[in-house]
Amino acid sequence: MTALPVDPMRPEPMRVLRVTRETADTVTLELDARARGGFPFEPGQFNMLYAFGAGESAISIAGDVDRVKSLVHTVRAVGAVTEPLTRVKNGDFIGVRGPFGRGWPVAEARGKDLLLVAGGIGLAPLRSAIYEIVARRDDFGRVVLLYGARSPADVLFARELERWRHRSRIESLVTVDHASRSWTGNVGVVTSLIPRLAIDPERTLALICGPELMLRFAASALRATGVGEERIFASLERSMKCAVGLCGRCQLGPSFVCKDGPVFSYDRVRRLLEIREV
Amino acid sequence: MHPESLERSLGEHPFVAGMRDVDVAFLAGCTKNVRFSPGDYLFHEGGAADTLFVLRDGKVALESHAPGRGTVVLETLGATDVIGWSTLFEPYRWDVDGRAIESTLAFAVDGRCLRGKLDADAPFGYALTKRLLLQVHRRLEQARLRELDVYRGKS
Repeated sequence: MTALPVDPMRPEPMRVLRVTRETADTVTLELDARARGGFPFEPGQFNMLYAFGAGESAISIAGDVDRVKSLVHTVRAVGAVTEPLTRVKNGDFIGVRGPFGRGWPVAEARGKDLLLVAGGIGLAPLRSAIYEIVARRDDFGRVVLLYGARSPADVLFARELERWRHRSRIESLVTVDHASRSWTGNVGVVTSLIPRLAIDPERTLALICGPELMLRFAASALRATGVGEERIFASLERSMKCAVGLCGRCQLGPSFVCKDGPVFSYDRVRRLLEIREV
Repeated sequence: MHPESLERSLGEHPFVAGMRDVDVAFLAGCTKNVRFSPGDYLFHEGGAADTLFVLRDGKVALESHAPGRGTVVLETLGATDVIGWSTLFEPYRWDVDGRAIESTLAFAVDGRCLRGKLDADAPFGYALTKRLLLQVHRRLEQARLRELDVYRGKS
């Protein structure tokens, strides 16, 4: 795991290099990490992003581990902090604490087939893992990415999805929940694509990311194809505050999502996700 | 396709795999191979539902037309999916349109022939109904998840 920052509670101001609008409510922010000599992280880790005057929110890193001079996050406007974060402009500063948490088991996946299942903004936390897979493509077997969005207008990283499909041998299947006839892709929830794949469950590791309900349905569909829960890894989302396992805000049974996660093997968390009180 | 090779390829389809040989042969007797080009309709809303389609390859959109909204794609189905439960239940009418949006290959099981065999052979009927029920179960789960609209708001 990447070492914690010297003072993990102190936000570091970082300048916004570039803002890319992805969809009506989602932007990708590229922050300048050159002044601090780079920002090393592992795929699946997150930072606490501080919108000055509004507060902090936990956002997964969506960039490339091999491009440490910039720090990339994709943010969807859904609340009091993320809404102002999506309104920043080039040259603005935001506060950053991190990187935190345990990420995707990309090294463990070498030599195996990979099935990535993402829903909505959940593609962003998987993107750093995809970059790593693309960079070392021959280290992996078959790689399939299933991505579900609400509508065609909500599909993230559409150009990259094409690029990964054509240049990196990543079988990318996109589906949307609702569409008119002009959309010629798949229509239906992302889990509907799982039974259609002829995967080898013994060779396959599944990385899943999205709303918790989607994770539960996806894990169920994966189990039905024979993928064991110990081979399914899910990135969980909980409200986080300290991000270092002190405050307890993100506690999930015996674990803290910020410190012990956000990526967990599904056999560790399935029971906990089924208990409403947790 | 030669009847023997149709029976073999039908028996290898995930919907049919695992059935007794005698049941596969029984089903193959009602089945033919069909191919649709993009844009071809497999069936139209209101038409007689006389075929169960076991999809082998390609993609089919189930569509409905809503006044003021135009044509809405309800879902798309592909390899391993089965379309045409309406052929098993009165009044044997399609509720939606089915349109190929990719070159599509399917086994077309004759509805009348299938209903006759389901009634005549209870073990075959049970085996096929159980498989159809799994399809219905999956599609119901998917419909529930879609109804939850999980990508809306905080996700």
